[in-house]
Amino acid sequence: MFAYLIRRVLFAVPILIGVNFITFALFFIVNTPDDMARAQLGAKQNSPELIANWKQKHGYDKPLFLNLDAPSAVEGITDTLFVQQSIKLFVFDFGVSDAGRKISADILERIGPSLAIALPTFIIGIITSISFSLLIVLFRGSTLDSITMMIAVAIMSISGLFYIITGQVLFSKILHWVPISGFSSGWDGFKFIILPVAIGVFAGLGSGIRWYRSIFLEEINQDYVRTAKAKGLSEIKVLFKHVLQNGMLPILTGVVVVIPSLFMGSLIMESFFAIPGLGSYTIDAIASQDFSIVKAMVFLGSVLYILGLILTDISYTFFDPRVRLN
Amino acid sequence: MDISQISEVNGISLLWTDMMIWGLMIFLIVWGKYISSSLQVQQKWQIFFQSKIAMVSSIVLSYYLIITLLDSIQLSLEGGGTLLDILLNHMLNATERTYSAPFAITEYNKSLVVANDGIASQVYLPLKHVITDTSIVLQSVYALIYSVIIAGVLFFSHLIWLNSKYKASLKQTTLKIIRSESKLPWLTAYITIFMLILFSTWLLQLSNFYHVMGTDKVGEDVLYSVLKSIRTGVLIGLLSTIVTLPLALILGISAGLFRGWVDDIIQYVYTTLNSIPGVLLIASAVLVMHTIMNNNPDWFSSTEERADLRLLFLVLILGLTSWTGLCRLLRAETLKISQINYVSVANAFGVSKLKIITKHIMPNLSHIILITIALDFSGFVLAEAVLSYVGVGVDPTMNSWGNMINQARLEMAREPIVWWSLFSAFFFMFVLLLSANLLSDRVQKVLDPRA
Repeated sequence: MFAYLIRRVLFAVPILIGVNFITFALFFIVNTPDDMARAQLGAKQNSPELIANWKQKHGYDKPLFLNLDAPSAVEGITDTLFVQQSIKLFVFDFGVSDAGRKISADILERIGPSLAIALPTFIIGIITSISFSLLIVLFRGSTLDSITMMIAVAIMSISGLFYIITGQVLFSKILHWVPISGFSSGWDGFKFIILPVAIGVFAGLGSGIRWYRSIFLEEINQDYVRTAKAKGLSEIKVLFKHVLQNGMLPILTGVVVVIPSLFMGSLIMESFFAIPGLGSYTIDAIASQDFSIVKAMVFLGSVLYILGLILTDISYTFFDPRVRLN
Repeated sequence: MDISQISEVNGISLLWTDMMIWGLMIFLIVWGKYISSSLQVQQKWQIFFQSKIAMVSSIVLSYYLIITLLDSIQLSLEGGGTLLDILLNHMLNATERTYSAPFAITEYNKSLVVANDGIASQVYLPLKHVITDTSIVLQSVYALIYSVIIAGVLFFSHLIWLNSKYKASLKQTTLKIIRSESKLPWLTAYITIFMLILFSTWLLQLSNFYHVMGTDKVGEDVLYSVLKSIRTGVLIGLLSTIVTLPLALILGISAGLFRGWVDDIIQYVYTTLNSIPGVLLIASAVLVMHTIMNNNPDWFSSTEERADLRLLFLVLILGLTSWTGLCRLLRAETLKISQINYVSVANAFGVSKLKIITKHIMPNLSHIILITIALDFSGFVLAEAVLSYVGVGVDPTMNSWGNMINQARLEMAREPIVWWSLFSAFFFMFVLLLSANLLSDRVQKVLDPRA
């Protein structure tokens, strides 16, 4: 188990290098170190010496991928912008944003608000979707089942933007139940997060119900369910005792992969509700073309995704004794 | 390279995306003809369309597709425009000053007017392009008559065609359909088609006199923008899906078939791509594209061509960043299939790899491909709206639901609320996505052996 984990973590390294390579390739096509220096120095003072000076000061005075002037072949690869910058990312040193703030500090500060929205949405979403799907599995094949499935498809067919905009207009502007946007930490923050969480839960209900229903239906057709029914167990008892418990395995292993990504927050939700989380941070960075922040967020997102994959593997061994990692 | 070059054919010119959509259509027709020669496939289609929901949603989808195709024929007339623009010409020219509600006869907000005697007052100005000397009911009746005629001609010719196939009398065939005894739910199809024709003629007829869905901030007819947006939405959905196919197919099948280091490399590539958060990857690629296009202004000669080029690149970027899911599915399935005896036997007999792929593997993958296409389509249409909101979507000058929503979002903060452009965009989007999702359910039910 431990050896397996070590191997998985080591396997993540080439993937992260690949991710870095892609972001590097993308950004330095359009934004060469010279362009960056010019943008930073301003229009007045961009003589070649000043640019060279800036590049040296900020560590951009090296070639991108191959250093042909280096004394040895190894240094020819390591003494480049790509490797130097990647090493910085690997120790989570994200550098400074265009606005001159430390990106790592910004990220740490913004994780809290992101989680305040993402975590409740995630947990309440799972609970409501499972409850609804258990209910319709109980009435499977009936009109209620087909109507609920139609509604689920309809919920999936509506853009998330619609839920956000109509939710804001209805509950904030017309009914004045909650503030339209904003955030504050602590218990006063409750009134700010209730609407985004409710909207997030509702928007995910359609696909959630369909997914859980298909899992439960697969379980309900198994032999052990038939045996349990033959022994005289009631439908509800079979559902909660056997189907729900056995269905938890695919559900848990399926949702574990997204848990680390919750830290990244939701791009659209946060920017509509003016929540100072990582999602709105990313959107602002894209809008202002702040490449250092985008690069940092891409790296962070990839790390969290890979973490999710590893957690999924671990959760398999944890919940399913048949699976052994080696 | 001169990308802006457009082919001129007898007064009709095609933009890049036009060529792609027409190429796709031609391919689909040829492929459909080829594939439906097999009896097995014909049976599958029969089962597929036996469901009323599948029938209704495929008709609605074809309706959207027809509008897209009408909007994809550029006519080199004065001022340009497509075939659809000619149909909607009266709306394009009926531009007001600013907002007006659906069926309104005055503007939505009061304006300051100074009368001849120098007294200033706040009044609702009348709209310039609204004709009020006719009643809505009368025009609706006209629309109903037109649509009955159009639908009647259509249904009659279809009945005659069915007749020649069944070799029965016209009366028998008609009765069969009305009593829902025909093999396919033709009655449902007729009702759907009639509703669609009625809806379109009604909108078109009334749009001669009113702004049926109101006007937006700059006074443009909302119905016009929402109809023009159909092309953008359908194109993004269809073409992006098509772009993902070759990559996913080639890489997925080779990974599953050749295994070893080929598999390792392909798995590495898609895990890497997959681990980058989707919106970020797309946004970065789009930002790069903007810069490249700004550096190469000679690639396009008009704003229309620039918008088209941006749409083309967006489609390519969406496709190139979203093939990993299908690739993974195809790899797993190919691995499974290639372990089955008939593939090993074919291998032992020295059948070439290419033949094994086309004869034994591809036919067994088709259900996965079709199901994924159907699911991806709605995903891409939804993505367009979100990307436009983030600012990395289609060109701001282009009609698209994303752009409409993005502009209308701010209008919701006005007092009183300007709701119609937002509502129209969401409604047209919802109908398209609902039918696409229902259809994909049906595809899954008919084709997936496990479902």
